[in-house]
Parts: sequence; structure tokens; C-alpha cells
Amino acid sequence: MKIKQISMFLENKPGRLSEPCRILANAGINIVTLSLADTQQFGILRLIVQEWEKAYHLLKDAGCVVNLTDVIATEVEDRPGGLAKVLDVIEEAGLNIEYMYAFTFRKYDRAVLVFRFNDPDAAIAALQARGINVIGPVELYGNS
Amino acid sequence: MNHFVVENRFWDAEAETMPRVSLEALQLTRLRETVARAAQVPFYKRLFEKEGITPDSIRSLDDIRRLPFTTKQDMRDNYPLGLCAVPREQLIRIHGSSGTTGTPTFVGYTRKDLETWSHLCARFLVAGGLRPEHVVQVSFGYGLFTGGFGLHYGIEKVGAAIIPAASGNTPRQIMLMRDLQPDVLISTPSYALNIADVARSMGMDPRGLSLKYAHFGGEMWTEDMRAEIERQLDLFAFNNYGLSEIIGPGVSGECGLRQGMHLQEDHFLVECLDPDTLEPVGDYEYGELVITTLTREAQPMIRYRTRDIAALDPCPCPCGRTGRRMSRVIGRSDDMLIIRGVNVFPSQIEEALLSVEGASPHYLIEIDRPGALDEVTVKVEVQPALFSDKMSSMQELRDRIERKIHAYTGIHVVVELVAPTTLERSTGKAVRVVDKRGRLG
Repeated sequence: MKIKQISMFLENKPGRLSEPCRILANAGINIVTLSLADTQQFGILRLIVQEWEKAYHLLKDAGCVVNLTDVIATEVEDRPGGLAKVLDVIEEAGLNIEYMYAFTFRKYDRAVLVFRFNDPDAAIAALQARGINVIGPVELYGNS
Repeated sequence: MNHFVVENRFWDAEAETMPRVSLEALQLTRLRETVARAAQVPFYKRLFEKEGITPDSIRSLDDIRRLPFTTKQDMRDNYPLGLCAVPREQLIRIHGSSGTTGTPTFVGYTRKDLETWSHLCARFLVAGGLRPEHVVQVSFGYGLFTGGFGLHYGIEKVGAAIIPAASGNTPRQIMLMRDLQPDVLISTPSYALNIADVARSMGMDPRGLSLKYAHFGGEMWTEDMRAEIERQLDLFAFNNYGLSEIIGPGVSGECGLRQGMHLQEDHFLVECLDPDTLEPVGDYEYGELVITTLTREAQPMIRYRTRDIAALDPCPCPCGRTGRRMSRVIGRSDDMLIIRGVNVFPSQIEEALLSVEGASPHYLIEIDRPGALDEVTVKVEVQPALFSDKMSSMQELRDRIERKIHAYTGIHVVVELVAPTTLERSTGKAVRVVDKRGRLG
């Protein structure tokens, strides 16, 4: 049920974000979603793509500093309170969120929340026990 | 820690293990001869006459302190070959300094000087494991720079086979290694890391290369960098020291114990002085090396101020060599950065970086003075092993490097993490400091 996320180190300079995007575009790899954390000096690009193994090796071979992380995707209704409900559960379960980001599906009224926990397996168990819909690669890439 | 990484062999056992008493007597005789030769040079003749210095007036080695110093500026003032003590026709080679810190300077050699030099290189090469059956790749520049030719002739003396690859074109260097299977690499330490990088980018495992030993010189490096090079290339790395103004490589080199470089004191009289007061520092204390040649014919040097900061260790070495051991050069008295009044050597910053597990040995120090105070930025390449998807971990890494640098140097710097290969790789001497202070615009 875990999803592979590709993380990449980026210098905070013009043109640095387009480089990995071009590499993936040239290989015909579609980006399901991405998020960017940044400071004045550098940023961390986080990518979700279906062909993560291929994308990881392409970026690595191009000299990018990349790694793979397990993240958890949960599906909620795309309406007010959707995120709040999940966050309540997470708080209740005593889980600490390292970071998160969200995106919506194009054709449905559903939103996907992507979470990074220190212990993803424990988090999955806790979320599922509380009725949160944790989705795997099939649902994620099939819907996107 | 008494661990020899190679069998302890000698090239010239008699000279290398000469008892200190005999060695010092030989030094005194040779110092008098040097003074006599130097008196042929107008620059020294004038100075000697002023101070009443004659060969006979040198009664003990302590009298060295009566002799005048020679600086790089004196060489420039006597450009190009005004410090030569022999007629032009006796010169058979002219080398030059790289001109890293200004206009080049030239150094002449007689036939005997070249013979001496070859033997001195052979000594430290054999101490560091070189054997006649080895194949050696020399990746030092062959040219005015003394590194290439000096080592070349030393290796030839030993009887090993030389691949004179010279410097640059790293993919070709790696192709030569793959096909000719050299046992030994001669280069600068930063170039060895460059070779490992390029080999990986060519899809090769640098540890799979045939190299067993490497002899490094020509630039400052650290113990951590040695460990890094040995890990990346799977070899034993040896340090040697020399400078063109004196002779080139061959002033000192490590034995198989690798706990300091044995000075070849039958050919050089070496002092370690406080660069400000010019008074001797104690044993094991850092100071500027000041070297007097004892056998050079073409261009004798009296108390040459090397600007290299190192410490001397008089403790007898288990290998049996009697030459005192010098530490690594940790800095240059003229490269010493004075940052907010604190003396800082780039090598200290390098050591701090390397003490952070997995940190990159590639860095650039930028110094600026935007307002009243000096500001130092150290750009460090992020290696894959250090990268985390968590911002907090990356910031913690940056803070940890900043704290380490503070611990090693006493100054606060700003560490900037940059992508690998952002910083230029060196193929010769690495540029690691950019000082923007005092620049207009």
C-alpha cells in the first residue's frame, strides 16, 4: 500500500527545476503529482510517477542527487472538511507527519493526500484501523 | 599504530639510516660548501660580505641562524636565473614554479643536481613500496613543473616501467589504466578523486582498477582525504613533499609507517620557524619550513622561506630512517586566511568537512566583506548518501557542517549545499578559495 516517491536535491537557481522535468518528458514519463519544499539556498523536489524505477535511474544517471522514499496516499472526498477529518485521525493515532501534500483527481470528486511518516507501516495500520482509505499504486495510477 | 603497509626497504640504506651524529657532521661540512658556492652569486655575496659570513665562519649548525633568508621575491628580483651559482653552460635543465601565486620563477640544475634529485625521489618511492617490477602511471604534468620529470627520473632509477600519461584527459587516463594495469599512480590527491569520479561516470568501479599504491604531492591534502581516496580507489596512498625552488619533489616522503615524511637531511637543512618572529618553534609545533640546500650546485638556496606550515618530529622512527619527520603541510603562511582576525587555513575547513560522515571532499570557500565584517560561505556538494527527502534533515546536515567548521577553525561560516559537479573539478592544483574582499564592483 506504500507509494514510492522520488526526492531530488535542487539548487535554488533558475532552470534547476526544468532539468529533471525535461529528462522525464523525454522519456515519456508522466508526473502524477509533485511538491517542492524550498529554502533560500536549495529545494527538495518530490515526485510521484508511475514508472518510478525508470525515472529514478534516469535522474540518477543524469547526475542528479535523488533517493526513493515510501509515502502513503489516502483518498478523501474533495469537499470542505476532507483533509481535516484525516488529520484528526492522525492526531488521535499519535502519528507525526514529516510532510504532506495533496492533489485532486481530474474526473472525480476525490482528492488524494500524500503523507510522509517516519514509520509508514505503523501509520498504514493506524489509519486503516480508523477507517481511512489508504490507496495503493493500482488505485492511484489507475485514476490519475 | 606501528603498522607498515609495505615492506620496509631502502634505496640508499647507508644515507637513509645514518646515525644523527654523523648526519649532523655531514650537514655541517655541506653547509660550509653551500656557503662557498652561494658566495658565487652576487645576491648572496653582497649579503655575506655585509654580515662577515665566510665558509670558515660557520662553526656549528646553529650558525645557520646568522645566514640571511631568501624569499620568493628575491627570486623574482633576480629573474630569470640571477641566483645561479654556475655558468650557463653547466646548466642542463631549467624548471619553473607553476606561478600559482604570481609571476613564475626559474630554477637551474647541473648534471649532478639531476642525479641527486633522481636518487632522492627513488628513496621515497622505494620507502613507499615502489619495486622494479611495477608499472607506474605518472599523471603529473611534464613541463616546467618539477613534479612530472622529478618523479619520472626517480622511477627510472628504481627500474619500474613508466606510463608518462601526464595530466588531463581523464577518460584517456582511465583507458590507460584499464589496458596497461599500472600498480602505482603519481598525481595530485585531488586528481585521484577526479579519476574515481570520472571512472564511475564511465560505468567503471574505481576500486576495480589495478592500482595498489599512489604517491601524492603538489598540493595540500588531509588524512581524511587519504582515507577517502583509499576507499574509493582501493590502494595505499603515500605523501611526499618538495618544492621547485629547492629541487622539486624529494625533500621528504613517507616510509611504510606513514606517520610523517622523512626529511632527506643529508641534502637539506630544515628549520621550522614562527612566520612572524622568525624564531624557531618547538618540536611538534607548527611553523614555517625554512630550507637550506646542502648539495645543490646550480642554484644553492640559503634559508629559503617556503611559506609552508608544518611541524617537525625528531622522534626516532621504527623504520630506521634517521631523517626527522615532518607533518603534512597544513597551510601556507601566505595562504593563511585572516577572517575577522582569526588565522584560518583552508585545510582546516577541509578536515572539518571530511569529519562529517559521507560529506563531500569537494568544496569552495568564498570570502566577502559586504559590510564591515568578513563573511565566509563554504559551498559543499551534497552527496547522494547525505541527501534526505526531509527538509529538517537537510537543514540539520547544514547546521552540523557549520558547527564542525566552527569547532575546527573557531569561525562561524555559512554553509551552502550545492548539487554535485556544480563545483569545478580540478585537473591540477585545486582552486578552493575565492577571496572577494577588497575587490571593486
